Amino acid sequence: MKIKDILPLIEAQVKTPGADLDKDVLCGYTCDLLSWVMAHGQEGMAWVTVQTHMNVIAVAALHDMACVIMPENIQMEKESIEKAAEEGICVLESGLSGYEICGRLHAAGIPDKD
Amino acid sequence: MSATLLHAEYPVESEDYTRAGEASADIKRKLKQLGVPASVLRRVSVASYEVELNLVIHSDGGVLTLEVTPEAVRLISADRGPGIPDLDLAMREGWSTASETARSLGFGAGMGLPNMKRNADDFSITSEVGKGTTIDMGFRLA
Repeated sequence: MKIKDILPLIEAQVKTPGADLDKDVLCGYTCDLLSWVMAHGQEGMAWVTVQTHMNVIAVAALHDMACVIMPENIQMEKESIEKAAEEGICVLESGLSGYEICGRLHAAGIPDKD
Repeated sequence: MSATLLHAEYPVESEDYTRAGEASADIKRKLKQLGVPASVLRRVSVASYEVELNLVIHSDGGVLTLEVTPEAVRLISADRGPGIPDLDLAMREGWSTASETARSLGFGAGMGLPNMKRNADDFSITSEVGKGTTIDMGFRLA
């Protein structure tokens, strides 16, 4: 499943203009403790978090994640969005809760991390 | 003695959360250009970010050094203090002395040092209170 396929599924908007929406989403994850995600992140991950600062993008980029998903209409900081675009990380915003987003992704066949 | 393919130094300042991760991003870019295999690249990236963040969160500032030879990637972090009084405790997963600022950003889970050790092929840490801490990590390429 690609990023463009999960957009309608989780009712999300793309916040990073020019992002590659054909990137494969290989697994899903949710956690707000960055040091925990640093230890457990994976390539191709769709990561749901309420954290909005620049370090989120650093963690996502170092793991070659597919996208970062902001739940409950939380808006990512402008600087973080710019950094994300620079690093080729796609940022999505959704009005759904993190629980609902993960539920829908899982039901659509996106697995847990290894 | 093997030829050095790359040597780079990155000064990292205390509590500079805005620039935190820039050194690691540059290290990853450089290693990718050199054709370092993805599996090694991932481990170096995780370890370099952890050590860079440790410099930001815990140290009085320091320097992160990258050295690449045909045999290995080496990351050395050397700071100006304050030093770690109890290394065994610092290495324990879940133990953290991170500030409220660090914790509010989602750091301070006490995963940093254990995560570096897990990702590096060779890991050593020395520390002296009042002087500083040095972490030396090696990642085999051949």
